[in-house]
Amino acid sequence: MRNNLTREEKRIAWADHAALGPYSLWAVIFILVPLVFVAYYAFTDNSFNFTLENIQRFFTATSSMAQDDGSVREVRTYLVIFWRSLKLAIISTAICLVLAYPLAYIMARAEEKVQKTFMTIIMIPMWMNFLIRTYAWMTILQDTGILNNFLTALHLPAVHIIGTEAAVVIGMVYDYFPYMVLPLYSIMAKMDIKLIEAARDLGCSNAGVLRRVIWPLSLPGVINGITMVLIPSISTFYISQKLGDGKFFLIGDAIEGQYVANNLHFAAAMAFILMVVLLVCMGLMRVLTNRHVEGGV
Amino acid sequence: MKPLAKLYTALIFLFLFAPIAILLVFSFNSGNSLSVFSGFSLYWYKELFHDTNTLGALKNTLVLALCASLIATIMGTAAAVGINKLRSKYMRAAMNTVTNIPMVNPDIITGISLMLMFVFVGRLMGLSTSLNFWTMLIAHITFCLPYVILQVLPKLRQMDKSLPEAAMDLGCTPFRAFLKVELPEIFPGILTGLIMAFTLSLDDFVISYFTAGNGFETLPIRIYSMTKKTVTPKMYALATITFFVILALLLMSNLADTDDRGKEKQPRRKHGRKKRTDP
Repeated sequence: MRNNLTREEKRIAWADHAALGPYSLWAVIFILVPLVFVAYYAFTDNSFNFTLENIQRFFTATSSMAQDDGSVREVRTYLVIFWRSLKLAIISTAICLVLAYPLAYIMARAEEKVQKTFMTIIMIPMWMNFLIRTYAWMTILQDTGILNNFLTALHLPAVHIIGTEAAVVIGMVYDYFPYMVLPLYSIMAKMDIKLIEAARDLGCSNAGVLRRVIWPLSLPGVINGITMVLIPSISTFYISQKLGDGKFFLIGDAIEGQYVANNLHFAAAMAFILMVVLLVCMGLMRVLTNRHVEGGV
Repeated sequence: MKPLAKLYTALIFLFLFAPIAILLVFSFNSGNSLSVFSGFSLYWYKELFHDTNTLGALKNTLVLALCASLIATIMGTAAAVGINKLRSKYMRAAMNTVTNIPMVNPDIITGISLMLMFVFVGRLMGLSTSLNFWTMLIAHITFCLPYVILQVLPKLRQMDKSLPEAAMDLGCTPFRAFLKVELPEIFPGILTGLIMAFTLSLDDFVISYFTAGNGFETLPIRIYSMTKKTVTPKMYALATITFFVILALLLMSNLADTDDRGKEKQPRRKHGRKKRTDP
């Protein structure tokens, strides 16, 4: 550190701070303060007095739900919804990872021109409105939809998918698949092919190369991909409305429903809980993989 | 590529494009069904061009995306320059964390959090409705900013630090040195950031949904309210047009990119990294 700055250098330093000024102010007012408002609304009632009622309601509210065997049972409404969101998001993320991993590897090993074309092809669906894409899936999967018309034409039995968890998972995998491919591909494209060749030369089997060389090297991309798919799929509310046929409430639907009903304090409470759970999840993931992942931005 | 790899890639692409293919086909349906094709017609395209609400929403979306992406790009570029010059490690880490928040947080939480603040402030000011074009613009700028910063920052880091210093030694004012030397170096990053911000803003539904007022409807919100009722192939006609516009833009940018590559082949000048000695 030099302490004897010239006047000109001081002016430059001042200009640099001035450049950062508007953004710093913006970030505080429109990124940090709104998060404080989520907590504030979550812990207050309609007249802004402190209360734990909203949080309590999330954990204790019950409703009767039909079980698979036809019986009706009292369940914790929001805990069931939250668990379902988490489950479907994890299943979708896992499917995305399994499907995207080989694709990213194939892409990274292809010629440069082919790589670029593939990237473009994968990104095109991302640029189209996701509401319309999801709606198109609905028309495919419906009981009288395109898939069933096709099956009937082939004299095959019709399938019932819409309104099941499988339909919601298909929608999530479809919508967020590119988010998994892109980080995986970008890390695999940078991977040094010589490492793989060296492992092979030294007698490593294909499975061994995958497990001991490719997988550890691709781990930062895997973590990125998981985060980028898990977060939107856990908080979605359109996919479940359309492909779940209104039968599957996810946490996003619950929050949106409370917003529409102008029940802002309870909506904030659910958003707050979701945020805390995601923070804990991501913190855990960071800790578990810390040794392999290089520092952030 | 091996045949197995080819087959696998083809299957994935089939999965990715099946709904899009269906949407393209049914936009030309003469009937109003989205699952039974009754004949080819351009009826729904005509309908679309007569739907003043949808066209109005399209105009709103473009105006909003343009304003939001321009403001986010200017503010984000300045911020990246500032962050890059930060000396304190902790300040840098703090800025990075804050910048990451809108990207890591689910959209629904970003939307809800901004909405709560707008509603609260609106109530304090005694307004009957607190959500309007301006709240949406603020929201869009907010979620676009991190993407701009993350595009510009790496370019600043790659840049040779002695370039602006040399310009200043030769008599440039700091601001002029920035305009003449730094800006052209980081321009590709700024442009990518601008395009990303524009497309993100164009396509955003969730955050817009929570921060939109009654008077200002963007296309995604319009589509959302359309899909609440029975949907006609008109919506597919809209998507088909979007598809071809995107396709054309991507092809054009790919062509421009290959041109750029040719130019970049020339070897980069190496500058001495010696610090400027104080006068």
